[in-house]
Amino acid sequence: MSADRTPHGASITMRGLTKRYGPVTAVDAIDLDARPGEFLTLLGPSGSGKTTTLNMIAGFVDVTEGELLIDDREMTNLPPYKRNIGMVFQHYALFPHMSVAENVEYPLRQRSIPKQERRTMVAKALETVGLGNLGRRRPKELSGGQQQRVALARAMVYSPRVLLMDEPLGALDKKLRDSLQLEIKRIHAELGTTFVYVTHDQDEALVLSDRIAVFNNARIEQIGSPTELYEYPNSLFVAQFLGESSLFHGVVNSEREVDAKGHRLAAGRGEQPNGTSVAVVVRPERIRIEPDGPRPDAVNAVPGRILQHIYFGNSRKVEVHLDDGTTVLVRESSGALSPANAEDRVWLTFDPNDAAILASDQAAEPQPTPA
Amino acid sequence: MSPRVNTFWRALLLLFCGIVALWLVAPSLVVIPMSFTDRPSFNFPPAGWSTQWYTNFFTDPSWLYALQASLRVGALVTVVATACGTAAAVAFSRTRFFGDQGIRALLLSPMVVPVIVVAIGLYAMFLRLNLLGTTLGFVVAHSVLALPFVIIPVSASLQGFDRRLEDAAAICGAGRWTVFRTVTLPIVAPGVMSGALFAFATSFDEVVLSLFIQSPYLQTLPVRMYSSVTRDTDPTIAAAATLILALTTALTIIASIYAIRRNRVR
Repeated sequence: MSADRTPHGASITMRGLTKRYGPVTAVDAIDLDARPGEFLTLLGPSGSGKTTTLNMIAGFVDVTEGELLIDDREMTNLPPYKRNIGMVFQHYALFPHMSVAENVEYPLRQRSIPKQERRTMVAKALETVGLGNLGRRRPKELSGGQQQRVALARAMVYSPRVLLMDEPLGALDKKLRDSLQLEIKRIHAELGTTFVYVTHDQDEALVLSDRIAVFNNARIEQIGSPTELYEYPNSLFVAQFLGESSLFHGVVNSEREVDAKGHRLAAGRGEQPNGTSVAVVVRPERIRIEPDGPRPDAVNAVPGRILQHIYFGNSRKVEVHLDDGTTVLVRESSGALSPANAEDRVWLTFDPNDAAILASDQAAEPQPTPA
Repeated sequence: MSPRVNTFWRALLLLFCGIVALWLVAPSLVVIPMSFTDRPSFNFPPAGWSTQWYTNFFTDPSWLYALQASLRVGALVTVVATACGTAAAVAFSRTRFFGDQGIRALLLSPMVVPVIVVAIGLYAMFLRLNLLGTTLGFVVAHSVLALPFVIIPVSASLQGFDRRLEDAAAICGAGRWTVFRTVTLPIVAPGVMSGALFAFATSFDEVVLSLFIQSPYLQTLPVRMYSSVTRDTDPTIAAAATLILALTTALTIIASIYAIRRNRVR
């Protein structure tokens, strides 16, 4: 315990980490680093390899190829109980035959810490998660949120230098999720431990993470800070998985310029060879709606017809049907609503600096118009 | 449905259950008054009362010796069958290997194969191995019969067991044996307990197999009772039967109290 007394995170290094189940590749040669003390989120749809990656870090799943280092120490073939990692599971995985305090005490017992010391550590951990007075209860007697707090206390009571979380809030309702998110963020700041967090919830990833690794088809699509990923997605998948995106399909015309069915669109980022099918991707809140009439005096302007408005209180989503048959979204904040009604023809304009040209594979075909 | 009709049906159900219960239990209960008869023959209801057959049971060395043998064999079988059966159930629930279903069927086969067939086979083997009439022989033979009664309830308990708990224990720093001892075993304990109870009952109750492998030097209680029926025909056997009845009833009651208390704690 002496070295762990002042908790600080360890670095995690994955080099060509691969997991194959027979012919199926669950994780395909990923390279990923977690910096000491960082909150790293593995984000992706189910089956994208994020959970398998987490299980390899924990040691529950054997590594097929590649290597895993924690603080530059080889971990690839070490059994889970020798890794000194903490983990919080989606369905809590609390021991039902033990009280809350015994659950939290369990990892300390495995480390042969004297009883007196164990007691103070358990009390402190339960205090940290706000359950100081529930030590004698059984897990079954607690609510889902409380159970997850116990699981969190059990995972951090021995101050592991890495804490893994496998969709810890997945089984909770929205309100509870929001408050626990903030609590997890606070605990991360307090402990300074390296957190590796798996989720398929993009909002959760944006709120919590220092960096996010977006998984798709057993590979990592992009790694970056929430702002980087949201503002500068480098693939269509990232743009669509993380937040909402509006896509204008077309063909690359010249450098940074796309011909979208006769409308020339300029974009500040993204390079694709001339003649390839691409999408100009813009976040819905960066698009403005301007009234029908002569082409507005903007660099990028595309005509369309308003399908419907969806009202959210603080903002409003507008679905706009483009002439090429696709539908794009515009998000307007409540202070700046456009006067246009449904069925009105409008111009959509956006700044080139808010747009990126991204390769579109199957999405190049315009989707059929909903009647 | 009106409350009165409801009451009628409830009464009918109670009556029906009462009759079935009586049907099941009555033959066993007859033995109790019979054991207190004052005559050296079986009659029901007894004309006069005495406890002489209990005195006889507890003073006749052959009866006492048989009881002691049954308890000893039963206890050893409980340990052996519970340990092996639990291990087998854990193995079957964890791993898929070539022929696992075959081995499982083999281990469960004593439940379906007629005991007399097992007995003849074992007799031939024990004759060669010099195991006839030995405690070891009895324990081995009875454990084979008891194994299915452990494997089935333990497998059922393991079916509802969340494997993530073992992962959680492992990441907390517990090695495989510690995980099993501190997490898996306590959680499947109800299955193991009922398996142990069945194992003891199987051994304590076994006649056919025991008749084959007994010797004049080692007889279990059921064997002694059987020879008592064929030879002496005195009511000591009724006293023995009553004692067995009391013992098994006590075990069942203890087991259900344990189960109820456990459920309440949850």
